[in-house]
Amino acid sequence: MYVPPMSVPLTLLGLLEREPSHGYDLKRDYDAFFGRGKPLPYGQVYATLGRLARDGKVVAGEAEPGDGPERKRYVITEAGVTEFEHWLTEPITPEPNLQTVLFTKVVLALMLGRDAEIYLNTQRAAHLKRMRELNDLRRDGELVDALLADHGLFHLEADLRWIDLTTARLDALAEAVRS
Amino acid sequence: MTALIEARGVSLAFGETPALRGASLSVDAGEVLAIMGPSGSGKSTLLHCLAGILTPDSGEVHFDGQRIDDLNEAGRSALRRDRFGFVFQFGQLVPELTAEENVALPLLLSGTKRAAALAEARPWFARLGLDGMEQRRSGELSGGQAQRVALARGLVARPRVLFADEPTGALDSLTGEQVMELMVASAREQGTTVILVTHEPRVASYADRQAMVRDGRATELAPAPSAGGAAERIAS
Repeated sequence: MYVPPMSVPLTLLGLLEREPSHGYDLKRDYDAFFGRGKPLPYGQVYATLGRLARDGKVVAGEAEPGDGPERKRYVITEAGVTEFEHWLTEPITPEPNLQTVLFTKVVLALMLGRDAEIYLNTQRAAHLKRMRELNDLRRDGELVDALLADHGLFHLEADLRWIDLTTARLDALAEAVRS
Repeated sequence: MTALIEARGVSLAFGETPALRGASLSVDAGEVLAIMGPSGSGKSTLLHCLAGILTPDSGEVHFDGQRIDDLNEAGRSALRRDRFGFVFQFGQLVPELTAEENVALPLLLSGTKRAAALAEARPWFARLGLDGMEQRRSGELSGGQAQRVALARGLVARPRVLFADEPTGALDSLTGEQVMELMVASAREQGTTVILVTHEPRVASYADRQAMVRDGRATELAPAPSAGGAAERIAS
């Protein structure tokens, strides 16, 4: 399943910005909105909250009586709000990682006199297969799933455009690489 | 599995310009295959050769165990009418006919009586979300509606193969996806093989398998192995 890059501490801060919450509320909401089939372990929730408290981003209330492991309510601090808002408004770094890997493989294939088009076609098939899975998710899932699937689909589509363009330029690239 | 339809080393030139240079492609029964490629690569020409619309200069086209590229025009015309369905980029509905009559057209052309043909056509409107559109003419339909009517027309006679040439090319992306969803689902439901030409990866991703046409030659993409490497990284 497609999972976008996600920052657990900042996401928990965001959930706390909404309202003070217990660890298990945070876990429940994280899993519902951002987990996408990969639930956040309780251990990670409390470890993250512990670090946020140590760094002054949240404060933990007194332990409350009740069942279960820990019943402390966490509240975001001014420093936490500032950090969260900074993160929220900052554009994320566009990550051309895939292109870099593809680029490296194509250039190496050409340098070594191998058939780069075969490699690009294999990658194209893998991309299209993944797009098909995302189409299914988009159709059968809820709106949140559909939005995530769209995000994945558009990125894969962009990669495919790059693959098309590179395929069209392979002869010229081969000359450039070997000269 | 033996191929339902197959091009073997098909070449075709328009005047001095070669469009296909020994293109080979094989499609199994019930499969949805997307032919991709840049403009001018020959992908539509290949589709038209498979569908018996164009005759190759050399090479062979086989359908259901029979060679079809050497049929005379009457034979190919019968094949197109009785065994094949078509959807083009612009619905190409007959403007004088109602939507219902447009859908029924392939049945009327192959001799089905009018009442029976219209009765066959009618359920397609509910199936494709076109309830209430039966009596409209093409000018009274949106692009997406017209293309769904064209899709119903392409499938109504239960063709063995549906040929679709850039079926979503004139639609916005959301409408295009609805048309693709409906096309693939309806074709599967009645066991129709689909061969579609598209330059859009997102449209091609609805197919079971893809082939690339480049410089007049076709390369069938092997079904992707469970993606490792780069693809897996974005997927996980």
